[in-house]
Amino acid sequence: MIRILLAGQGGQGVLSAGRFLAESGLHEGKEVSYLPAYGPEMRGGTANCAVILSDEEIASPLCSEPDVLIALNAPSFHKFAPRVKSGGMIVVNGSISDSYAGRDDVKVYDVPLNDLALEAGDIRTANMIALGVLVAATGAVQQKSIVSCLREKFIGKVHLCECNERAFLTGINAALAQK
Amino acid sequence: MSKILLHGTEAICEGAIRNGCRAFFGYPITPQNEVPEYMSVKMPQIGGTFVQAESEVAAINMVYGAAGSGVRAMTSSSSPGVSLKQEGISYIACARIPCVVVNIMRAGPGLGGILPAQGDYFQATKGGGHGDYHLIVLAPCSVQEACDLTYRAFDLSDRYRVPAMILADGMIGQLMEPVELPPMRSLSEIPEKPWATSGHYGKDRRVLNSLIIKPEELEPHVNELQRTYDEIYANERLAAEYKTEDAEIVLTAYGTVARIVKSAVNELRKQGIKAGCIRPITLYPFPDNVFARCAEREETKAFLSVELSLGQMVEDVRLAVNGKKPVYFYGRTGGNVPDESEIVRAAKDALEKAVKA
Repeated sequence: MIRILLAGQGGQGVLSAGRFLAESGLHEGKEVSYLPAYGPEMRGGTANCAVILSDEEIASPLCSEPDVLIALNAPSFHKFAPRVKSGGMIVVNGSISDSYAGRDDVKVYDVPLNDLALEAGDIRTANMIALGVLVAATGAVQQKSIVSCLREKFIGKVHLCECNERAFLTGINAALAQK
Repeated sequence: MSKILLHGTEAICEGAIRNGCRAFFGYPITPQNEVPEYMSVKMPQIGGTFVQAESEVAAINMVYGAAGSGVRAMTSSSSPGVSLKQEGISYIACARIPCVVVNIMRAGPGLGGILPAQGDYFQATKGGGHGDYHLIVLAPCSVQEACDLTYRAFDLSDRYRVPAMILADGMIGQLMEPVELPPMRSLSEIPEKPWATSGHYGKDRRVLNSLIIKPEELEPHVNELQRTYDEIYANERLAAEYKTEDAEIVLTAYGTVARIVKSAVNELRKQGIKAGCIRPITLYPFPDNVFARCAEREETKAFLSVELSLGQMVEDVRLAVNGKKPVYFYGRTGGNVPDESEIVRAAKDALEKAVKA
């Protein structure tokens, strides 16, 4: 079982990244749960979601002690970093956050998600870069599952789909470079 | 059939539609807006009716009318909105019209907050509106159950001519999980309603009414309602048990809280403490038989009810346990949800207190 907490600011794609992850898990026949928490704002405010992927039945859908934290901005990094399970990992958006977790029992992937997203062609794909890092570092789901979910989601939107796929692959390479 | 990923709110809609619901009346309120949103798209596609009413009061009275004509009808709201519907629900209960009311509970009292809570247990299970009546109350703990129990609620409601309520916390509304949807039921399979005001067409005159002004008529009517509730109590009590056979501490919770409790039970067992869990699925009728059976066991030292309230279901647990074992309570309110470790601590405290006493 792997518990993943994705957190950031509303509009950064935290919830959609979580859904891709959950959909991919479902495609692979895993038990999955996806529990979002967000304020009434469309953009701004805080957003996070707990995704659990498991081979067995999932009891609690909460993620109070995640194995993996994906923090797309500094406030969510500092808020949730202390909660990550010992031995777990954190992906932090180095473009807009420091990466000092104040602990050495977790592996921190400091990745400039925004800068890499701009290079991939769209700043909105920072979430997909983070997913790439996660998938390469943990193998929580297979690469091809995420890609096929992307293609399903962006059907008829070739440019967006390519952009997101490119971003996802960028994330995979970024993780391999830091492993 | 393969599973698809759905929100709890969408699963509720699918459960309803697939069991013949063809009329939905609602008014927006967080955290259940996805129910009317989904219904507004689906209903026109399947020849059903969707109305966004001008208020909750209007919506429940539209259900009164539509369901009175024999159509399977539903409304949905969240705590403050469900309070507004209570007058209508009482009328519907008196007129014996089957329908389904969904309450995705948020934190109260008052307008409260938009986060998950279970503070409407009393309102849902003890009547809610004025007069002597009950609803059949079902509490889903997963997205799959949100679909299945809504599906079932329509059959139960029709069978007993008692309105049914789906009582879910805000977490069920937001949670996404894989769901296997039941097949779409053909409307022709749904049993005839010989009481429905579906037009004269040569039939005898039918009246659905909640004004029964003569005491010699109202008393037998109310007694007849009670006979129905007794029958429901005899036939429909339902709970899921988890590792209660040898449990020293029996935890109990409904809805998504029961899932967190289940994790806590696993953790307690890992630490060598024999814990178990009873999860009521029907809140009315309350599955008191399951609790009574547990209370009889020598192994059972104490019960602990965990709720997102100040302690509501715990009263029914105490009635069911009937003084045989101590019953403790742990609750959070305001939209806060206890995590596994909090519940583990509360269970240990309860067990310690019980052993000392």
